Amino acid sequence: MLAYIEGVGLAGPGLRGWQASRAILAGSQAYSFAPTAVAASEMLPAAERRRAGMPVKLALAAGQEAHAHAARDVAATATVFASSSGDCDNVHHMLEALATPERHISPTRFHNSVHNAAAGYWSIATQCRAPSTSLCCHDASFAAGLLEAVSQVLATGAPVVLIAYDHPYPEPLNAVRPIAGDFGVAILLAPRATERAAAAVDVAFMPQAQETSRATDPGLEKLRTGVPAARSLPLLAALARGTRETVILEYVAGTHLRVAVSPCS
Amino acid sequence: MAEAVRDRRSGLAPCDFETVDLDTYIGRVPGLEEFRVRPDLDAYDCRNNRLAQLALETDGFAGAVAEARERHDAARIGVFLGTSTSGILETELAYRRRDPRTGALPPDYRYAQTHNTYSLGDFVRRYLGLQGPACVVSSACSSTAKVFGNAARLIVAGVCDAAVVGGVDSLCLTTLYGFHSLELTSRAPCRPFDAERDGLSIGEGAGFALLERIGGRHRAGGAQLLGIGESCDAFHMSTPHPDGLGARYAMQRALESAGLAPADIDYINLHGTATRSNDAAEDRSVWELFGERTPCSSTKGATGHLLGAAGITEIIISILAIEHDFMPGSAHTRRIDPALKSKYLIEPREAHVGCALSNSFGFGGSNCSVVLGAAG
Repeated sequence: MLAYIEGVGLAGPGLRGWQASRAILAGSQAYSFAPTAVAASEMLPAAERRRAGMPVKLALAAGQEAHAHAARDVAATATVFASSSGDCDNVHHMLEALATPERHISPTRFHNSVHNAAAGYWSIATQCRAPSTSLCCHDASFAAGLLEAVSQVLATGAPVVLIAYDHPYPEPLNAVRPIAGDFGVAILLAPRATERAAAAVDVAFMPQAQETSRATDPGLEKLRTGVPAARSLPLLAALARGTRETVILEYVAGTHLRVAVSPCS
Repeated sequence: MAEAVRDRRSGLAPCDFETVDLDTYIGRVPGLEEFRVRPDLDAYDCRNNRLAQLALETDGFAGAVAEARERHDAARIGVFLGTSTSGILETELAYRRRDPRTGALPPDYRYAQTHNTYSLGDFVRRYLGLQGPACVVSSACSSTAKVFGNAARLIVAGVCDAAVVGGVDSLCLTTLYGFHSLELTSRAPCRPFDAERDGLSIGEGAGFALLERIGGRHRAGGAQLLGIGESCDAFHMSTPHPDGLGARYAMQRALESAGLAPADIDYINLHGTATRSNDAAEDRSVWELFGERTPCSSTKGATGHLLGAAGITEIIISILAIEHDFMPGSAHTRRIDPALKSKYLIEPREAHVGCALSNSFGFGGSNCSVVLGAAG
């Protein structure tokens, strides 16, 4: 399945945006870990901005950067959201409340607990009424999102933005499901090779065992294995290098996606 | 199920789930407390996956998938399922058993196989011995309608030959206390489109369909998937757009993708949750598109609101309506709200149903409409 990448957005530990991180991802500048810095989006109305958690900030920051990069209208692009665990802080606080005798949870806690909360806030912020889906595949959520986004581009002939994000649980869930940091990535995909296209990606499902692509830098490799959304790093590195290469992403139960990347000159 | 819906029977009863002390009605599947999942998948044992297994073994579904595995390579059959709360009940119970000294969760708690949203997809894929692409869509109450789109797209793209679609949602404290906090649960069995409707009744359920491309058509059971439409409200996290704007976009896009006009739809299975705001907004969007002509009803008075499983359940009811030529009535609805203008059916009707449309709307303003037709 062939699609064209027009824009990328990124917010991760030591990775302050796609443009600022390209040299690090390409390997020409050293990577150093720093907590993810991301501000609340000005696009959200004040009430929603107060209620939105870290996942919403990650999704909005990455999604907006990808649209700016592609010079596309945020209100017109279909969206695919992918995350392992949604808003982990919010779920933890809700679970704590439900373990008390009163069991009092607030309406905001409850509606923020849905896996598609980030998609809901995104649509309110962007006023986008295009189709949107929110999916989960545990550690393989980014790969599942990429497969879904490319198949949508093919089916509709319209651009689709994939927004993958993950955010750590507090204890005690962190001990059983550690997520190593806050990470958001957005990839805007289009059906045709226009002057906006940065690279073509040909995505194939591989049922057989393959050797998964890794990050070259040990710090980035630690991030890749520690955060589900950071499994995108080898693909981002290929895009940053601007070379023709094949990236293998781990998918469910020993299956893989083969992503052939060819830069558009 | 066809008979139960035909007879306006309801499965709702006063809430007796776990230790929940809310004055509300629920649709609880009996016997799940004693049920266990297949021993080789014991790590996945939780209420949500128990309900999944129960449904997979109903109506010969697992057998039909085994037959499909003979026709197609197991790596060419996808699994695209939906759930809103997955096995979160396990974590709710585990939070009561935290180590008093360290706060740690009990050692027998398994996150990936129970709580994580993908747990359902992982369990079903293993249970059925499938090796194709998989994911779980979790867009609240539209989840198991949207998965028909995921499957159809990958089948058209040539990645899959067939796919298992559908999903599960099971009772938990999160949704019972959550909807209560929003003051959206009724103290009586829910009454969709009734003048005195005052909220929803939460239920649990599971449903699956095998989607296959035969002769250029997407077959699901005795019907075919003709079209699907998805949209966002872009309005509020838990309140529908008052004019039903997102709902109308979803229905319009579903009709467009099916290549049909509103007049081609014989019956609409509404989302119809029986909250004041959902039914008013949905009625408005249906009336604007279909006028007073097209019969419609909500079956949630019979099943309760199955949340993430509402989509697949109501798509199956729509398929039954097509197969058996009847339009379901509305259990518990006594007097239709005079402010609502669509052609709402309280009593079931024996009539030809060539094409049906099923609506599923969720939190976050997530809307999905599916158009189904006779297998032909």
